[in-house]
Amino acid sequence: MRLITHNMLSSNIKGVVNGFPLRIEAEKVMEKTMEMNSEFLEKMFEKVDWKAFVDASRAMGYTELPEEANSSMLDSDEFLNRFHHALLELDLEEGALVCPETGRRFPVSKGIPNMLLHEDEV
Amino acid sequence: MASRPEVIAPPEIFYDDAEARKYTSSSRIVQIQATLSERALELLALPDDGVPKLLLDIGCGSGLSGETISENGHHWIGLDISASMLNVAVEREVEGDLLLGDMGQGIGIRPGVMDGAISISAVQWLCNADKSSHNPRLRLKAFFTSLYKCLSNGARAVFQVYPENIDQRELILNAAMHAGFAGGIVVDFPHSSKKRKEFLVLTCGQCSVNASISKGKNEDGESCSDDDSEDEENQTVCISDRHRPRKKQKNNKVGKGKEWLLRKKEQMRRRGNVVPPNTKYTGRKRKDRF
Repeated sequence: MRLITHNMLSSNIKGVVNGFPLRIEAEKVMEKTMEMNSEFLEKMFEKVDWKAFVDASRAMGYTELPEEANSSMLDSDEFLNRFHHALLELDLEEGALVCPETGRRFPVSKGIPNMLLHEDEV
Repeated sequence: MASRPEVIAPPEIFYDDAEARKYTSSSRIVQIQATLSERALELLALPDDGVPKLLLDIGCGSGLSGETISENGHHWIGLDISASMLNVAVEREVEGDLLLGDMGQGIGIRPGVMDGAISISAVQWLCNADKSSHNPRLRLKAFFTSLYKCLSNGARAVFQVYPENIDQRELILNAAMHAGFAGGIVVDFPHSSKKRKEFLVLTCGQCSVNASISKGKNEDGESCSDDDSEDEENQTVCISDRHRPRKKQKNNKVGKGKEWLLRKKEQMRRRGNVVPPNTKYTGRKRKDRF
């Protein structure tokens, strides 16, 4: 699971008001290479919740992202490279995602988060 | 398909390790999935600005449809309930991200972030109640409501479905409309029972007022009318049949006169019948007392 997906995911449990962002417990992180597309990154920059993104990338062991960001930073190649790397190249292989309100753990195995809910949680 | 898998077992059980591998290694299945995915992307009508889009692939299985999305240059997130299918997808090293989840429990994605959604041969599974806690109507509602939320304004969703019957199609379509979507059904090859493919094309947000639904393909590849209009025609015929008024029976009987009587007697004489002679009493009304 990459951080682009983590930034989209939220907890779907009944009764949870704000299930975003899920906290990451990383046991195994892999890095993959992907071709960069600056237009896509610009579009994603508008959608990404930056604070959640920074916290998540730190939980994955990547600390190169600035605490605050604005659209003027997209002109910098260095920033784009870091953004691209954190968003699309870091991959959580093993670990868990934790709901911020209920503490429910969603295990991640082989890069696939298990978001199935029990019957009482639907 | 020779038989419908929904009737055999729930999807997470039907697509076990053996079935998932068999499904993915069948070249016929791969080809069909690729064709359907291409058509779904076409119906999605993404803007042609060269920027990759972030799409949601619901019921992605082993990543066959997602592969088509990647080939078209877009990013995708796949969701499926079968762990075996997802494991095959991991082995195939698909480019999209994978989630193990049940679409009937709602899609746990943040509001307004997806550029579109496609689904190939998956949504009809929601019409089957596989557990005692399952209510197909509620599951469809949870699915479409959460999908509507996570799509951005103006985004589209295209689902290729195999409805078992008209009722199932109505159930799915009604659930989508109640969730706020606009749109309808596009049918390719409507007259061929083998080649017929149904696509649920849904639009999210205000600009759906101007959106036009594509026409389905016909046998020769040209467009033909929507299946919806055919249904409407059928409805009209039924209605008019039911309400056709019965013919009124005429009630104003007039008696025959003396002229008719004399003509009849002459006619019978010409035929050689024994006819009483005409007298001054011929054609006169009898007394009431008779």
